This record gives sequence, C-alpha cells and structure tokens, in this order.
Amino acid sequence: MNAKTNPNHDYGAPQALEVRDLRFAYNNRPVLDGFNFRAAKGELVGLVGPNGTGKTTLLRLLSGVLRPLGGSVMILGEETRRMPTSERARLVSVVPQDPRTPMGLTAFDLVLLGRNPHLGLLQWEGRRDAEIAMHSMALTGTDDLAQRRFENLSGGEKQRVLIALALAQQAPVMLLDEPTSNLDIAHQPAVMELLADLKREAKGAVVVAMHDLTLAAQFCDRIVIIHKGRNFAEGPPAKVLTEQNIEAVYGTKVRVMSHPDTGMPVVVSARSGGVGSAKGDA
Amino acid sequence: MSQSARELRARASESGDRPIPASVGLRYPWWRLVVAVGVVGMLAILAVSQGSVGIPPLTVAKILASKLPVFDPTADWPGTSETILLQLRLPRVALAGIVGAALATSGAAYQGLFKNPLADPYLIGVASGAGLGATIVLITGVPLFVGALNLLPVAAFAGGLGAVSLAYMIARRSTGTPLTTLILAGVAIASLAGAATSLLMVRSDPDLRPLLSWLLGGFISARWSHSAIVLVYLVPAAAVLAGYGRILNVLQLDEDHAAQLGVNVERTKLLLVGSATLATAAAVSFSGLIGFVGLVAPHVVRLAWGGDYRFLLPMSALVGAGFLILADLVARTIVSPAELPVGVVTAFCGAPFFLYLLRSRKAVGL
Repeated sequence: MNAKTNPNHDYGAPQALEVRDLRFAYNNRPVLDGFNFRAAKGELVGLVGPNGTGKTTLLRLLSGVLRPLGGSVMILGEETRRMPTSERARLVSVVPQDPRTPMGLTAFDLVLLGRNPHLGLLQWEGRRDAEIAMHSMALTGTDDLAQRRFENLSGGEKQRVLIALALAQQAPVMLLDEPTSNLDIAHQPAVMELLADLKREAKGAVVVAMHDLTLAAQFCDRIVIIHKGRNFAEGPPAKVLTEQNIEAVYGTKVRVMSHPDTGMPVVVSARSGGVGSAKGDA
Repeated sequence: MSQSARELRARASESGDRPIPASVGLRYPWWRLVVAVGVVGMLAILAVSQGSVGIPPLTVAKILASKLPVFDPTADWPGTSETILLQLRLPRVALAGIVGAALATSGAAYQGLFKNPLADPYLIGVASGAGLGATIVLITGVPLFVGALNLLPVAAFAGGLGAVSLAYMIARRSTGTPLTTLILAGVAIASLAGAATSLLMVRSDPDLRPLLSWLLGGFISARWSHSAIVLVYLVPAAAVLAGYGRILNVLQLDEDHAAQLGVNVERTKLLLVGSATLATAAAVSFSGLIGFVGLVAPHVVRLAWGGDYRFLLPMSALVGAGFLILADLVARTIVSPAELPVGVVTAFCGAPFFLYLLRSRKAVGL
C-alpha cells in the first residue's frame, strides 16, 4: 500500500489524505514508526487497533495538534506541516472523543464555531456562515435543536451537534475519535450511517478511529489496523478483519462470522477455554 | 433519531428556507447594553446624591450639565454642593464604577480562559502579590509619597503582576501552558506571598492602619487621578479582550479542538491572561482587595443572556460597575458617619447570592 511514487499517480488527482512514513514518539517511546496510509475522496476509513496503539496520537498528528518527528501528511496533495493553523483548519476537521461542554452556548452557536477557520480575528459570522451552519445541522438531523443550550442535550444529540460543527468547517478531510463509544445501541449505527452519508454528500474523506470492530466493518469502506506503530493490515473489512489478524494484533482469540444482513464480518470473543487475555499492547 | 439518510438529505435541502436562529454574532443585542449604560448612569447619580450632605438628583444633573459647554442652567445651588459633588463624590463613584468594570471584565475573561466557573480576578495570585507589594512599601519605611506619587498602588501593581508572571513561568512547558498547573502554581504563590505578608507584619511595628484599610478595600481616598490611571490600563486590556470575544467562544472547547479550529492557543492564552491580569492589578492597586464582584457579575450575565463572550464581556463590565457603585453607596451610608469596608458589603451581598445560584443549580457547572 506504500505510495512510492507521485501522489498523483492514480486517477490523475491527489488523494484527499495521504500519510507517508509518519514517525512520532513520546519521550523516546515510539508510537508511530513509519506509518503509511491514504484515504480517497468520498471514502469512509475505519482506524482500529488495541488500546494505547496510537490511534488518538495519529489523529492529533493528522490534525496538526502534534508535530511528527518525521514523514509527511498531505491533504489534497499539499504538505500540511508548515501551514498556518487556520489554513490547516480549512483542510481538516476533527470531532473529538470526549468533548467538554461549553457554558451558556446554544447548539447553533456551537456549530457556528466551525466557521472560525474561515473568519478573520475581528470578523464575525455573517449570513452565509449562518446558512452553512444550519445546513450542517440539517444534515446531521440537529436543526431542531439549534436554539437549545448545548449543555442540556443528550449524549447522542451532543455527538451529532459536534459532527455538524466539523461539517461547518467545510474541510475535505474529517477525523473522528471514537464517535460511538458513549452511545447506546440505537445511536451507534445512526451515527455511522450519518458518516457514510456525509462522505458521499461532502465528497470528502472521513477517517474514524473505533474500538468496535463489528460496527466498523458494517459501515467503513476500508479498515486499517494499526499495530506497533505501523499499518498492520489495510483493505476492505472482509479481507482485513480475519480471525488471524485480530488474534495477532489483540492477542485474544475471536470468532468472525458474517452479518446476516450485510454479509460483513461480525467479531465476537471466542469462548470455551480458548479465551486469551486482552493484553494492552504498547 | 434514526432518521434515514434520505430523509435527512431532504430536510437539508429545505434548510435554506428555515429561519436562522438568534445568535449574538448575527444580531448583536446592542439595546441591552444601552439600557444597562442608562441603569449604571442612574445608579451613579443616585450614589452621588446620597451622603452626609444630600444633593437632590435633579441638582446633580444640573451641576453636571453646567459643566458641559452647551448647557448653561442658572446656578441655584450652594457652592459647597458643587465642591462636594465634583471633588469628593464623583471621583469616588467613578473609581468604584471603573474598578467594578475592571474586576468583572477580568473575572469573565478568567472564567472563560480557565474554563472554570470559580475563577475570579484573584485566582492566580494577583491579590496576594499585590498585598505583598503594598506591605513591603509600608514596612520597609520607604516614604509613602514621592512628590505627589503615592507608592502604595505602584507597589501593589508591581506585586500583583510579579506574582502572576512567576506563576506563568513556572507552569510553562515547551509544549504549552497547562491551565491546571497555572492555577495550582498561582495558588501556591498566593500562599507564599500571603505568608510573607503576615511575617513582615508581625516582625515590624510601624503604623499598619494604611495597610489594613488598603487590604480591606475601599474608595475613601479616591481621586480623579486614580480613575485616570486605572483607565490607562483598563481601556487597552478591555479592548483586547473584547476583540478576542469570538475567539474566547472557540476556547470554550477543548484546547486541542480550538487548535484544530485554527486558534493559536498558546499565544492567545498569554495575551488574554496578560490583559485580564493588567486590568485586575491596576484596579487592585487603588481599591485594595474587593471580592465577589469578578465572580458574581459574569455568572449573572451568563445566566440571564447566555455565554457568548462578545456580549458577556461588556455586559459583565456594566453589571460589575453598577454593583460596586451600589455596594460603595451602602458602605458609606449604612453606618454613617462611619464607613464599612466595601469588601464587607460585596461579600454580604455576593456570597449569599452565589450560594443561591449554586442551590438553584442554575449556575452552570465545571
């Protein structure tokens, strides 16, 4: 999967997101060690791997909050490393995992914050920004919540408002960190369905870090397994989420079945003596 | 929930017709600020009319009008009224209002920057540093006045800024300045400065009355020049904070998230903490330590009109000004001819009110 050539080599257009040989370490402990990865326009990519494997670190590197030790992150063929923060914010939007709740702002106020990268320091939002924000809220089904205080919304509503905020940024790449981990079984597929729909609508790349392998398999076009700072496996869910791969990376025995509706992999823990311990992998 | 994607798309395409919800940035509620300015003005006229010699509000208005070039009302008031008004009461009320505005503005800014509803202008050591500065001047026998310059506020100002700068330098890392570390460093430095103040007071025996009255806070010796000096610091600091109002909204998100939205978090924090501290230190240096204004005023505004900093900052300033003018009026009239320290009044009004807010669970939590 390594892009050894010019990023423009296929389809004559640059990838929405292309990561080459990315390296990063915390206090000399390598987290990413030559990570390669790409996502095309209109693609929903699931990023999976054990706890502590560097999914969140990778997302922070992609959004420019952290600086890599080496390698490059290109968006639409442009290196983002030396970009000013506001320019980068027009290219990548992020939905954080466990956001804090601002005091006294409405859901609409919050979504308007997504327009910040497009505004000057002393410039305020205008009518066009308001329309973009409302459109983003309609796409995420949160337009009815616009005037409610954000702090009074439920977990699922907050999650969708934050996705609307990221949408209002109008960036070609959207990154999400565990968007379903705090949601119940009804809201989990709803958010994933929303993402699958948004990637088509916004024609950008959506990269989502997830724990739930089964959920990822049902909705993602492609799955990337991160292991030991590298891209361990990458491809369509059915090809990547195999019992062998999962056992090798997570160190636990699993059974992979096929979903009765989609035919996509369903991952469950193995029972009857074959249960391994879920080793936290550094 | 669980609306189908098709349904959502259909709704989204109709969203052009949906009304745009109210938002401070789209339609700024100027009229609320205008009303608040009027209320503060009326409170000020009420305050200057009260005292050992009463001056009717109408006379106050006439005296003030006579100072404007356009009006020329007949002077049917005693000359003493004019002297009391212009030399004693107005400077005092003006300083109370300006200090109230400074404390409330910086309180709102600190609450936003530290994302902590308990943040107030004294949180990161301004007060204790200022107290130590004032004490050093009094104890070391440095003459209090150099010419017409009163050294007490100068020392308090330097002490306050010094303490905050020290906290900032200690908390600073190569990767950023964690806010929790900054608050903890400020608390530790505040304890240290407080202990040093106590030590100096115990170890020496000059007349401590000026120090005590400064520490308790008040506007007894207010002059026009004091207001002017505080304004020199307050106006630029408030202008910076107001200019960054929209960015302060973005900073209500996590720091990572704000950075991902294009805010240069470190630089912005330094600039805004510096501005708020400058305003606080200038106010504290003349008024002494007056609690609760900076804590309560922003909460009242947030509760009543929401948390958009573009409105929260100026409205807090007006509420703080009105509150402190009123508190000072009570302080100097309620036990007349004696006076209460104004900090006692603000605490007696502010603390129960704050407890009520907590109890009613309306105050928005951490």
